[in-house]
Amino acid sequence: MASPESAVNGPTMTAGAASKSLRNAFGGVIAFIILVLIGVLAFSIRLFSVIKYESVIHEFDPYFNYRVTQFLSKNGIYDFWNWFDDRTWYPLGRVIGGTVYPGLTLTAGTIWKVVNSLNIPLSVETVCVFTAPIFSAFASWAAYLLTKEVKGPGAGLTAAALLAMVPSYISRSVAGSYDNEAVAIFALVFTFYLYIKTLNTGSLFYATLNALAYFYMVCSWGGYTFIINLIPMHVLLCIVTGRYSSRLYIAYAPLVVLGTLLASLVPVVGFNAVLTSEHFASFLVFIIIHVVALAYYIKGILSPKMFKVAVTLVVSAGLAVCCAVIAILIAVVASSPTKGWSGRSLTLLDPTYASKYIPIIASVSEHQPPTWPSYFMDINVLAFLVPAGIIACFMPLTDSSSFVILYIVTSVYFSGVMVRLMLVLAPAACILSGIALSEAFNVLTRSIKFQLPGIAGNPSIASEENGSSTVVAPNDIPKTEEAAKEKPAKKNRKKEKENVEKKPTPSKTEKRLLVLPLEASVIAVLLLVLLGAFYVVHCVWAAAEAYSAPSIVLTSHSNDGGLHVFDDFREAYSWLSHNTDVDDKVASWWDYGYQTTAMANRTVLVDNNTWNNTHIATVGTAMSSPEKQAWEIFHSLDVKYVLVVFGGVVGYPSDDINKFLWMVRIGGGVFPHIKEPDYLRDGQYRIDAQATPTMLNCLMYKLSYFRFVETDGKGFDRVRRTEIGKKHFKLTHFEEVFTTHHWMVRIYKLKPQRNRIRGKTKKSKSSRSVSSKRDVRGKRNPWH
Amino acid sequence: ISFIPYLFKRFQNFLPFPGRIERFTFYLLDYNLCFDKQVVYMAVVGSFPFNSFLSGVLSCIGTAVLAVCLRIQVNKDNKEFKDVAPERAFADFILCNLVLHLVIMNFLG
Repeated sequence: MASPESAVNGPTMTAGAASKSLRNAFGGVIAFIILVLIGVLAFSIRLFSVIKYESVIHEFDPYFNYRVTQFLSKNGIYDFWNWFDDRTWYPLGRVIGGTVYPGLTLTAGTIWKVVNSLNIPLSVETVCVFTAPIFSAFASWAAYLLTKEVKGPGAGLTAAALLAMVPSYISRSVAGSYDNEAVAIFALVFTFYLYIKTLNTGSLFYATLNALAYFYMVCSWGGYTFIINLIPMHVLLCIVTGRYSSRLYIAYAPLVVLGTLLASLVPVVGFNAVLTSEHFASFLVFIIIHVVALAYYIKGILSPKMFKVAVTLVVSAGLAVCCAVIAILIAVVASSPTKGWSGRSLTLLDPTYASKYIPIIASVSEHQPPTWPSYFMDINVLAFLVPAGIIACFMPLTDSSSFVILYIVTSVYFSGVMVRLMLVLAPAACILSGIALSEAFNVLTRSIKFQLPGIAGNPSIASEENGSSTVVAPNDIPKTEEAAKEKPAKKNRKKEKENVEKKPTPSKTEKRLLVLPLEASVIAVLLLVLLGAFYVVHCVWAAAEAYSAPSIVLTSHSNDGGLHVFDDFREAYSWLSHNTDVDDKVASWWDYGYQTTAMANRTVLVDNNTWNNTHIATVGTAMSSPEKQAWEIFHSLDVKYVLVVFGGVVGYPSDDINKFLWMVRIGGGVFPHIKEPDYLRDGQYRIDAQATPTMLNCLMYKLSYFRFVETDGKGFDRVRRTEIGKKHFKLTHFEEVFTTHHWMVRIYKLKPQRNRIRGKTKKSKSSRSVSSKRDVRGKRNPWH
Repeated sequence: ISFIPYLFKRFQNFLPFPGRIERFTFYLLDYNLCFDKQVVYMAVVGSFPFNSFLSGVLSCIGTAVLAVCLRIQVNKDNKEFKDVAPERAFADFILCNLVLHLVIMNFLG
């Protein structure tokens, strides 16, 4: 496999060709082995939580998906499509079939069914827990395919290796994080790969596959609107920069038609696929590309002079029609208050929108803008390599590399708006870093190879370069078949890096390729390998320490180094499922809704879907009101048990008292008698002796701190780091039924209505005067 | 103004395409007509079964688009598609149409 063997042309051409194909085959086998290893890496780096804790589903949202998958596996797909869930959002219920993105649950359900039909007895929970790592392996392979289309197989392998490990993606796809993004990122990258492939080959077959992959993406995640806006933007960019070609038409037009149809098939999207502003961009560009295609076609038929005449004629006539249509469209769109965009999209476009109008969206911690350190935490070294990758994409600029550049620019913008969208940035960053690293390694190893002693002088090397690289078409389409691979004389240190002869070379006649000095390239290669090593170390650390916490089980280290496990949540849910009636309703803040329905199997008032702001505001108002009013609110909703999370004993910071201000804000947004300043003393949120009386009397305070003083005698709250204000009080309308081992979850029961109400049995006149007095005294409280 | 008769004359010369391609133009015109009829019907009667309307018009547009794609690929003057055999282009066209009509059938309601 040494290069002098292939440097001989002429009479040994057949031998050269044979050795070249052998080298090709060898390179293909190596690439395949590397890809398998990357898949194994992606799978195993996500298993830390399974090893450290157990195979359990994490967080909140995955519990809902798990419950839906359980239902699907038990009842089959027709019942799943038509499922009306009455155990949540009591008394409203929720149409699950029409409001859930079915991709994830259908995928896991299919895997479960297939595996069980092969007589491998995996439970639904196991399948759910391990779906995410499997699909992250698929996502790395899809990234390999995508980057191979853009730059070449070497860049592809690097990008795949980077994506397998990037912490931002690990955080949402760790084993147990059974959420939409687990399959959605795979669908995203795969759809982009098929789009680029269609763009490069112009084949309708790939266009069909592209539409089907887009359908899978629509099924999986609400973020599909990113695809349906990015691709039209790219088409527009290509048209504007003069890169229009018929392949562009074939790549785009069938996708729009087929994609819109397929998107309307998914019940969640339905007619939104044609009615909301999120899709208008695709239709607009659809019309534009038809106009451009027609213009090019006519230009091909007519002579230049006639073409000019035709253009002026058409433009003057068409402009009038266009203006009329656009005026109508603007009138229609402007008449709706949100200009046709949904609330979630508006928060992305205008980052201040949510805090002004929709406090629920603003309150979710994932929707906050990220801080600078979180960029470094999540994509680490890639943050430095991305600009290099952007430059590498510009030489030469092809359709596919312009797409990747557009992808990274838009995803950087969106990731700056919401932390959660760092996830969309991760594949783009990996692709561009893979391109950058691969190009760098290519230049450096080429420098080393051509300067090592024993190689002939430059001219023959250059001719060998030209002879062995494939013929490049004059325009900038990168070839999709593999070219000859040159193995460097140095052995590869890291198994993920592979060197491929870069093509297309900028010009075929370049005889002397630039080389760097030998020592500098050796040191540079070593430094780059070191950079990669740092990246790997960071990723493994992040996966093990930062992102593997299931958050339903907490741990801490005790003084003698042992591990102390806080399993309070599951303790509370199992108490609920064993000690209450099946039909009992449980009220809690919406964070715990999914877990309560999935694990405790009880009906809840509000859950994480947060689609009904008024209902959540009702619960928030109840939590912020004094005991009697809260009792009345809950009683009107048939609630029997109230669940609060309290971290004061152990120092758990995400408890309900810390979230309480959001309850006040959301409740106050709908019921104006709840005012946030009532709960703050001098603008500060306190629960100690300086707190306001409204705060000290509200239900949340009472339910959290009831009997708290009995734990340590002083009532010292470990999270807020003060002693509480009101220490000794009794509950009049609620009774405590369960508190978990570490006091983290506390469950209260509503006391039944008293049979005899003192004072009410007097004549109706006095009761009327009593009630009228109450009306005048209180502020306009709708619950009286 | 003399542009219009000139265009007609060019079109006369242009129309004898290789036989199959000429049929595309009429195929497309036909679909255009179908599409216009559907839109007029909806404007008159109202769009109650919206999914049926949507699937009807999108099927018209879809097959028209696919026909244009096939024409692009089959046209011998098109140098970008020299290495794609017309049979392969036609097979792709059939496949894409199959998927499209499957979806439409499903969406028709």
